[in-house]
Amino acid sequence: MARISLDHLRHAYTPGLAEAGIYALREVDHVFEDGGAYALLGPSGCGKTTLLNIMSGLLTPSEGHVRFDETDVTMLSPEARNIAQVFQFPVIYDTMTVAENLAFPLKNRRVPKDEIQRRVADMLGRLGMTQKGKRKARGLTADEKQKISLGRGLIRSDVAAILFDEPLTVIDPHMKWQLRSELKALHKEFAMTMVYVTHDQTEALTFADKVVVMYEGEVVQIGTPEELFERPQHTFVGYFIGSPGMNVLPCALESGEAVVSGQRLRLPAHFGPAGGQMAQGRRIELGIRPEFVSLVPRGEGLPVTIERVEDVGSEKIVRARLGDLPVSAIVKEDASLPAEADIAFAPHALNLYSDSRLVDTTPGAARATASGRTA
Amino acid sequence: MDKTFNNRAWFLVLPVLVIVAFSAVIPLMTVVNYSVQDTFGNNQFFWAGTDWFTDILTSARFHDALIRNLIFSGIILAIEIPLGILVALAMPKKGVWVSVCLVLMALPLLIPWNVVGTIWQVFARTDIGLLGATVAGLGIDYNYVQDPLDAWITVVVMDVWHWTSLVALLCYAGLVSIPDAYYQAAKIDGASRLAVFRYIQLPKMGRVLLIAVLLRFMDSFMIYTEPFVVTGGGPGNSTTFLSIDLVKMAVGQFDLGPAAAMSLIYFLIILLLSWVFYTVMTNVGADKAPRTGGEA
Repeated sequence: MARISLDHLRHAYTPGLAEAGIYALREVDHVFEDGGAYALLGPSGCGKTTLLNIMSGLLTPSEGHVRFDETDVTMLSPEARNIAQVFQFPVIYDTMTVAENLAFPLKNRRVPKDEIQRRVADMLGRLGMTQKGKRKARGLTADEKQKISLGRGLIRSDVAAILFDEPLTVIDPHMKWQLRSELKALHKEFAMTMVYVTHDQTEALTFADKVVVMYEGEVVQIGTPEELFERPQHTFVGYFIGSPGMNVLPCALESGEAVVSGQRLRLPAHFGPAGGQMAQGRRIELGIRPEFVSLVPRGEGLPVTIERVEDVGSEKIVRARLGDLPVSAIVKEDASLPAEADIAFAPHALNLYSDSRLVDTTPGAARATASGRTA
Repeated sequence: MDKTFNNRAWFLVLPVLVIVAFSAVIPLMTVVNYSVQDTFGNNQFFWAGTDWFTDILTSARFHDALIRNLIFSGIILAIEIPLGILVALAMPKKGVWVSVCLVLMALPLLIPWNVVGTIWQVFARTDIGLLGATVAGLGIDYNYVQDPLDAWITVVVMDVWHWTSLVALLCYAGLVSIPDAYYQAAKIDGASRLAVFRYIQLPKMGRVLLIAVLLRFMDSFMIYTEPFVVTGGGPGNSTTFLSIDLVKMAVGQFDLGPAAAMSLIYFLIILLLSWVFYTVMTNVGADKAPRTGGEA
């Protein structure tokens, strides 16, 4: 088990792409603490899998270093790094039985026979597949195959970390929940470092203690699910996490007020000192989660036109228009909707963005967090 | 119930019936017809029952040719299948060389059989052929016209030259369809190169290998043109395979009855052996019936 540090990693798939400045990973500088459960969350093509493959050693980064504890493993092969990886599609050895599949990584590492037997029996028990140990692996269902892939990683009790590359993509929805909770249980038991790549926010938020959100080859925010929800460091995080995503409203700042689509909105007092980052030429946006947008009688807030209401059963999603900007609000299922209404924003949930990065508006903090990459 | 009875619809299957009749049923039945009759000329036929079949099955000539065929197919499979796999493993998987390799591999397959025969007939001649002259020049006593072993070597090498690329192309198709994740997982599991071949590449090539074995078996068992052009079945009868013998009997000696009986036996042997190959190869490694017992 190890702490994985990524030291200024950059990766481009060919030297030509690097020259053109097209990096799959633009710059990642991060530490995965020993024993943590992390999720790498981001849309397709944001570099999650590239980052994972660099950690496992399937790819060598163009620039930067990977360290396990203090050892630099950047140039080491996957087997030398002693890492386990579970792929999107279950990889099993067709001609072997389930038990032989589990024994394979141990056999390759010349673990003594009786030790292998003991560990395989133990792992079959944990996976709930004791009765299937002697079956050929090829006839199994997708989730059973994926369990075997996972078992092949876990059976090496000494692995530095287990990396998951969207492991539940091909699994039926009802099995997903079960496998995910089994994963969490295994994580608790083995206390291994686990890094889980996914583009599904529910998966990321339920699995991980810390979620690393990636966007266009960069880490845009690292935080607990709560932090991601309440203080998205980047408008992308706000938009990507939550359903519907955060409302992002372009605005201008004028003496403590935000001008949104011609309407003036008084900002909370503590927004004042953040002015330094509001330099000319930056794109200023106001972010607020639909959960914190309420409908108030006309004249008490910002006037909107309600376009439609989506009833999702437990609540209603109001799609409205503020001037020409779309705004979503979530209201209670039984709330009555006035034909004409204004919207009001809960002041504590307002976030200010400068060039898509969160402006630190905590009282007293005038320091810029424009890089957005603080842990 | 108003069910429309329109028997004219049967005319729609007529074209298929006609094509199948002319392409398969009628020729085959003609052969069957000859195989159970005898003639003393003048187009006068009489019933011979299974006499021709008994004759053929008990004749040493047929046995010898059959054994030659089996040995030939055995040698061909033993060489071409492993060689084809090796070539496929050595072929590049990415880049410009892929198409170059594919074209080079496909070339021998595009040459007509009798041209292949002619090429090798000249190529292996000790007086003017490049290969024959070189071998003779090295002091090796080589003459495929007189020495049965040399004739066999020539025919086998020719077939390997002609058909290994088919096996290689089929295996290559099987290899490139293996997802990268398998190789990555094997790397992470610490598998050796041999283990990767044994547990990933070979099982994943199983399907195409089955096709390759079947095709190469059938083709080599039916081989006619190339040995006919190169050796004419000689020296003596040493390269007289069933097909060559059959043509001698049917066209040379005009023994239609025995030739027809032999054709049918030949056909049934190929059918039977192909079926055995297919059944055995699809069952090897197939999952046994799922066990539900509490055996751990």
